Amino acid sequence: MPAVAMLFYLLSSVLFILGLKRLGSPATAPSGNRLAALGMLLAIVTTLVYGEILSWGFIIAGVVVGSGIGAVLAKTVQMTAMPQMVALLNGFGGGASALVAAAEFLRGSAAGENILPNVSVSIQLSVIIGAVTFAGSIVAFGKLQGLVTSRAITYPLQKILNGALLLAVLVLAGWIVTGEARIDAFTAVVALALILGVLSVISIGGADMPVVISLLNSYSGLAAAMTGFVIGNHGLIIAGALVGASGIILTTIMCRAMNRSLANVLFGAFGAAAAGGGRIAGVAGAVGDRMVRQISLDDAAVMLAYAKRVIIVPGYGLAVAQAQHDVREMADLIERKGGVVKYAIHPVAGRMPGHMNVLLAEANIPYPKLKDMDEINPEFERADVSLVIGANDVVNPAARDQADSPLYGMPILDVDKSHHVIVLKRSMNPGFAGVDNDLFYNENTSMLFGDAKDTVGNIVQAIKEL
Amino acid sequence: MIEELVVLLVIFVLALFVGFEVITKVPPTLHTPLMSGSNAISGIAIIGALIVTGRSDSTIGAIIGFIAVVMAMINVVGGFMVTGRMLSMFKRKPEESD
Repeated sequence: MPAVAMLFYLLSSVLFILGLKRLGSPATAPSGNRLAALGMLLAIVTTLVYGEILSWGFIIAGVVVGSGIGAVLAKTVQMTAMPQMVALLNGFGGGASALVAAAEFLRGSAAGENILPNVSVSIQLSVIIGAVTFAGSIVAFGKLQGLVTSRAITYPLQKILNGALLLAVLVLAGWIVTGEARIDAFTAVVALALILGVLSVISIGGADMPVVISLLNSYSGLAAAMTGFVIGNHGLIIAGALVGASGIILTTIMCRAMNRSLANVLFGAFGAAAAGGGRIAGVAGAVGDRMVRQISLDDAAVMLAYAKRVIIVPGYGLAVAQAQHDVREMADLIERKGGVVKYAIHPVAGRMPGHMNVLLAEANIPYPKLKDMDEINPEFERADVSLVIGANDVVNPAARDQADSPLYGMPILDVDKSHHVIVLKRSMNPGFAGVDNDLFYNENTSMLFGDAKDTVGNIVQAIKEL
Repeated sequence: MIEELVVLLVIFVLALFVGFEVITKVPPTLHTPLMSGSNAISGIAIIGALIVTGRSDSTIGAIIGFIAVVMAMINVVGGFMVTGRMLSMFKRKPEESD
């Protein structure tokens, strides 16, 4: 590759770094995204000009088809479906890396070339990481889209089986690297890596998705970097490493927000069907022997309309019901009557990092109203009403007080400290962790059962009629 | 040959550290755009896809390359566009009602 091409790749890497830097602050983020896109365009054009490309047919067709599909997806996706969208795009990135490495392997072995050991190692790593990313992301997509159960699927000897699978993949890959480049062994590596990707994500429950998605994001970067080793391209290595690092940072933030280690998220099977049914006292029987107070729509409307300080706590239930626009309308009405409305955002509320922020932004709620956990927690004591919409585990006081709870130690929103709490919920089913929530039985808590969108819509009507 | 590998490794490790340093203290509002933006950057695999497709000398190689180009372009175009769409929602002037 000529030196000038390498300089262009360097320039594109610089654009990526500046772009990522700018994505870190709200004011500069849009320009950051544009810089990164410009870097990508530069990298693509450089490759087309200097890449010694012999046949153009497939390339032009591929670019046109891929860009078309990507543009349509980006334009039509609902904001509530962003987690699945990110998972899917991640999967495609990982898949592309794996395919590039596979194509190099096939070319080398068909030509009877002796693939150099350093390239051979990179090919195996690229294929393995890429295939795990692809299969894992597709499963994550299926879970988020509701095609696969979002519960953690567990089976006997799970960890041992997954470990054995990983070992088998590595041994086979090592055998290919040190011995001859056999296509059948290579096919086996690809197949086993795909199975590994499926199995390692299928055992992780829905509420742990923020961690999984950021981790897969990191993998897709690492796969691209490995592909860079395969074809000896600096641009790929730098961009891939940047993405790998940013994914790891987000993963760490998410794990910290749940006070759990990455290993615990990946292998803990948190939120399996019977989430430690024995350990958690009275998941099923709780409703029977403890009383919850229900509140009527009209009473809830009166309480909200005349409250001075209202804190809304959104969770995944709000996303599922697509209630964000109704929530905004309600908040506007409350503010028109003289109240102040803020939103308390738990870092792992929803199914991906920042999920709630995206949803509420779609409904035109200005982002200064969205408060982080640390910022809002001292304010709950002074809140007249806290309205919990489709959130559960992140407001469970057991995380604070009950040392034997699986949630114990997770930082939570101190909703229970407000003067009054209204919980909007579909039913009394326990949250994702399968743990009963003491908040619901508190004296200052009232339950309002039903679909979040319908209920909030009805509250809006009721406030208007006051 | 081994020197070449080491040079690439140096670049890789240093770039990882740059990544860690560049992305510290991201406000939660931007977690999703950062993720989808960096996700779009991982579509850099498009470079590899273009190169292997362009020099493929067998039908099977060309088809694999074609699929790789399609996937990577979906990743790139979809990723940057959807990130832009999200950020345009955040842009609405914060002073609007605070």
